[in-house]
Amino acid sequence: MGGLGRAMTEPFETGTFAGTDIACIRGERLLFRGLGFALEPGGALVLTGPNGSGKSSLLRLLAGLLPPAHGELTWNGRPVAADREAQRARLLYLGHLEGLKPTLTVGEMLDLHARLRGRPTDPADALAALGIDGLVDVPGRLLSAGQRRRVGLARLLVCPAPLWLLDEPTVGLDAAGLAAFRAIAAAHRRAGGAIVAATHAELGLAGADNLAPADFAPDWATDGAALEAVLGAVA
Amino acid sequence: MSALSLAFWAVLARDLRLGLRHGSDIAMVVSFFVLAAVLFPFGVGPEANLLTRISAGVVWVTALLAAMLSLDRLFQADYEDGSLDQLALSPAPLAVIVLAKAAAHWLTTGLPLIVVAPALGLMLRLDPAGFVPLVLAMLVGTPSLSLFGAIGAALTLGARRGGALVALLVLPLVLPVLIFGVAAVEAAVTGLGARPHLLILGALLAAALPLAPLAAAVALRQALESA
Repeated sequence: MGGLGRAMTEPFETGTFAGTDIACIRGERLLFRGLGFALEPGGALVLTGPNGSGKSSLLRLLAGLLPPAHGELTWNGRPVAADREAQRARLLYLGHLEGLKPTLTVGEMLDLHARLRGRPTDPADALAALGIDGLVDVPGRLLSAGQRRRVGLARLLVCPAPLWLLDEPTVGLDAAGLAAFRAIAAAHRRAGGAIVAATHAELGLAGADNLAPADFAPDWATDGAALEAVLGAVA
Repeated sequence: MSALSLAFWAVLARDLRLGLRHGSDIAMVVSFFVLAAVLFPFGVGPEANLLTRISAGVVWVTALLAAMLSLDRLFQADYEDGSLDQLALSPAPLAVIVLAKAAAHWLTTGLPLIVVAPALGLMLRLDPAGFVPLVLAMLVGTPSLSLFGAIGAALTLGARRGGALVALLVLPLVLPVLIFGVAAVEAAVTGLGARPHLLILGALLAAALPLAPLAAAVALRQALESA
């Protein structure tokens, strides 16, 4: 059976994730406009740039938590806005915060995550891949910053999905944690998954494209004369 | 089990577990309920006739205020620690998750209040004919408090002094629950029968059950956009 064989080797349907002419407004500030990218299966996109240039905002926008002020995101050419639930099933987002509860154990939190995605699974393999298999019964309040990060990364493995959106995934990780991250990221890309990661550190994603939201910041955000020209054009 | 009910039960179980492990939250709501009701005999005097007349109203009003106390934490903790992002990004509709959270809120606040209410009725010299209608009215009425409360809690997410704001938003919305909840007891005591009032409370709940989670889900997405 072709379908079964495919399910055995590929845990998810791969696809091309692309954005065209994306603009993002936070508060009353236009962070970037005209931003575009295309991410093939197995590809990686590293978001770089100074603090406040819009890396985290772009990740939240890609995750669908923030609607783009302009432009369109597509999955295999179809707009993701047409089927939000299917798009949410395709992506896994790891933000600054891991969403851990002080009184819930690591096992309980990963179990909740798997059930929310409709697939109860044993988290043992995911925890082992991050080197934290001993933490299953440890409540969130006892975890160190690096351990919390590893639990956040383990969530990516519990229920496989083709698109990973990672905000500073290696902050707080030690050398072994960094090596574990590189190993799971490489395995994910070998399986046809794609990664978008915002970072200030070297993630070791081979052949990754770079994207700096700051390059798409409007020049009139800093240039008064240009701003007046734009406002004049609008008026 | 379908993915939808799997998500519903998972969130319900999580919030119940969190509520029980932070047992102090439940204890605080119940103690507030008891203390506020105990203040009334001191305030209006221990005269039995007067207490009998106001007892249903006092129990309902204090239950309402006690439920408000716990509402501001309904989404706030999840919002602050990032788990709301994860809930909002799960493939299940956010309204289903809101419904699960409202159900957990009712089980950890509404239900304990109902258990304590007859004892308060006894203290306030509630007419013996009023006890069963009081419990029935609270059973049908307090879930609406949790559902309307979820809208208020979602709307005030991220706001300063969210707790006071939730009460200001939600208390006017739940006035019908208070009116018919008290009327059910009064009607039973005067021999008119509580049934029509209980049916209206049921109708309110039937409307809130599908609509409140949808409204709260929209408000939550709005809050996450500005996160």
